[in-house]
Amino acid sequence: MENEAVVKGSYFEGLWKFFVSVKLTVVVLLLLASLSIIGTFIPQNESPADYLRAFGPFLYHVMATLDVFDMYRSWWFQGLMVLLVVNIIICSIDRLQVTGKIIFTRNPKFNLASYRRRKSRRKMKLNGDIGHIENHCQAAIAKMFSYCKVVSTDHGVAITAEKGRWTRLGVYIVHLSVVVIDEGDSIDTIQLRFKNETRKLPFTIQCDDFDVQFYDSGAPKEFRSKLTIIENGRVVMQKDIIVNDPLRYKGINIFQSSYGRSANQGAVLDSAKEIELRFQSNASGKTYNVKTQLEKPVEIPEGLGQFVLDAYHPQVQFRGMDVGSAFVGTLTPKGGDPSQVLLPIKFPRFDTMRKGDVVISVAPGVEALFKERFFTGLQITNDPGVTMVYIGFTLIVLGCMVTFFMSHQQVVVEIQPKGKNIAVMVSGKTNKNRVGFDHKLERLVKNLSEADTTEYRKVV
Amino acid sequence: MINSSLLLSIITFVFGFAALLYLISWVFQKEVVGKAATWVTVVAVAGDAAGILLRWNESYNIAGGYGHAPLSNIYESLVFFSLTIGLIYLVVERKYRNRIIGCFAMPLSFFALAYASFGTSAKIQPLIPALKSNWLIAHVMTCFVGYSAFALAFGVSIMYLIKAGKNETEGNSLLGRLPTSAILDEVTHQLIMFGFLFLTAGIITGAVWANSAWGRYWGWDPKETWSLITWFVYATLLHARLMRGWRGTPIAILSIVGFLAVIFTYFGVNLLPGLHSYGAMKG
Ligand code: HEM
Repeated sequence: MENEAVVKGSYFEGLWKFFVSVKLTVVVLLLLASLSIIGTFIPQNESPADYLRAFGPFLYHVMATLDVFDMYRSWWFQGLMVLLVVNIIICSIDRLQVTGKIIFTRNPKFNLASYRRRKSRRKMKLNGDIGHIENHCQAAIAKMFSYCKVVSTDHGVAITAEKGRWTRLGVYIVHLSVVVIDEGDSIDTIQLRFKNETRKLPFTIQCDDFDVQFYDSGAPKEFRSKLTIIENGRVVMQKDIIVNDPLRYKGINIFQSSYGRSANQGAVLDSAKEIELRFQSNASGKTYNVKTQLEKPVEIPEGLGQFVLDAYHPQVQFRGMDVGSAFVGTLTPKGGDPSQVLLPIKFPRFDTMRKGDVVISVAPGVEALFKERFFTGLQITNDPGVTMVYIGFTLIVLGCMVTFFMSHQQVVVEIQPKGKNIAVMVSGKTNKNRVGFDHKLERLVKNLSEADTTEYRKVV
Repeated sequence: MINSSLLLSIITFVFGFAALLYLISWVFQKEVVGKAATWVTVVAVAGDAAGILLRWNESYNIAGGYGHAPLSNIYESLVFFSLTIGLIYLVVERKYRNRIIGCFAMPLSFFALAYASFGTSAKIQPLIPALKSNWLIAHVMTCFVGYSAFALAFGVSIMYLIKAGKNETEGNSLLGRLPTSAILDEVTHQLIMFGFLFLTAGIITGAVWANSAWGRYWGWDPKETWSLITWFVYATLLHARLMRGWRGTPIAILSIVGFLAVIFTYFGVNLLPGLHSYGAMKG
């Protein structure tokens, strides 16, 4: 496939020659490969201030003008893609004009003279009845090839056979899929770029519940939102979504994309739940465990006063330090004034700092009693081009399989009497995988030689 | 019972031993050594596969829902890489009846597994939610089958460059015993077609996975972009072959460049600016 881009005749013809060339393909593909590198070294779509700081004003302006900071959507990168697509389309049209005739034919042509000349042809002499040998050969060949036809020649017959003619289409399927994927992708990109408005969903999404699970290492294990889709006041769909299992309704996709802890209302404590408090008396050194509930006062043993748990806070700062979740309570010593006491859950010895008569803490295991509150982050998308992209994905894989591993194979087996024997010539050609095809012919030759009732001789 | 990471460390040396045997059989032309090399390779491949299965089982024996197919991080993917290199090599050896390629193939398995065993952490980690997807498993498997074919093509291309231009009829010299450059070119092409199919499937399964996890199938992040760059390089190669005068050396060089792009996709991307733990996460 060599093409000189000679402008001959009309302007159109010159343009056609330019776009039909595989040289252009190689140049464009190499350009795409090398230019794509830029965007992997310069982070894309960051804030202008960051770029300005990194590159200085002059470079920044040059690069911004060239769209380097959003290069994969830039006119020059997209232009190269368009060039590739035009290249593919023109090249395919050009070649289909010729190969189309070869592919779509009911009566394949076999040029006997050229098969007789092929270097790889094999010859043998068989003994026996010519009719029997012909029948045997035809049966054997018909088993290996889908098309098989016997034609008569000047001195005998030639069995012509072939298979896989259609596989020549594989490469067109590959090229077509590249175009389909690129166009499908453009639909989404264009939609993004030109319709930068807020759109209303044609239905309502309601999150009924959300749940996060963690591994014991603390890493998130699963987050799950229970969603209900409501349309015109009616529930039309209910589904739990997790990462990798989105909900799709009427072309809108809803993805579980993130989660977080609610800042203000971090947790709710079921006020009916019992909480175990621990009081350690400084005087006796003894520890007492007492069960209570929120806002329910308890008497501290050894007559040390009264204590009431007022509230739970998920996130507490103490002298600028984050101490995590904590309870706040009020301690009223016998005959003294009430004072506030902080009980961080993670630090049971925290209350020793108060230097009171009693050290108060919350017994371990209290976390199980309350739920932390999380919010769910959903991502909602609508990409009408995705179907097209997926069709392209499927086609390109199928096309590659056909192109790389299947071939159009043709054989001619010529049978004619020669002296006392029957001369058989086997000759074939393929458009791909010569090594494999050679093995196949070898097997065919062996198989055909079995038509000989006496012996098998191969003369090359 | 032996644990998988110990088994795989041992298998590293079995691959190394196979490489050594192939080298000896090339230099000293001992058929027996060559046969032994093949069998040692078979053992290494079987041991590698056993290691993967064992690790899979181990992950399910850890309490707390850690269980997952062992294809989720750099260690696990490298172990799989060395396995597929070994497997594809054995097929090539059988098809082309040549063992010298083994001298250039087995070191690849050896280095991949050595780096996995001694350069990365073999600790079994639980999967974060984004990684829990059958598409991810398909993605890692197809990508690495493709990468393995490219790795072998890289080895064969180096053989080509060593051989090309030298007198083909050099008889029984070290170079003379290499396959002819025509065969080396053919093997490279076959491997690259095979690899291209799997890389294509790998990029696609990756895109489908990204779409189910994040609601976008392509985001031009460096890892994705580099896999596309690799794809462009090999697409260039497939077309360059169609041009007159481009067979042979230019193809071998493109094949080497392509494999360097593969390596960069896998390791280099983690070094790029502005990236957090993405590479490590995606494996
Ligand atoms: C990203 C874009 C492209 C991809 C992925 C692609 C893919 C392929 C593949 C896989 C083959 C088969 C190669 C082989 O059998 O070894 C091929 C062959 C070919 N491609 Fe492309 N191609 C692309 C762009 C183009 C363009 C723009 C042209 C335009 C000139 C082109 C022209 C050809 C030709 C003429 C063949 C040979 C067909 C044959 O053997 O009958 N390709 N392409």
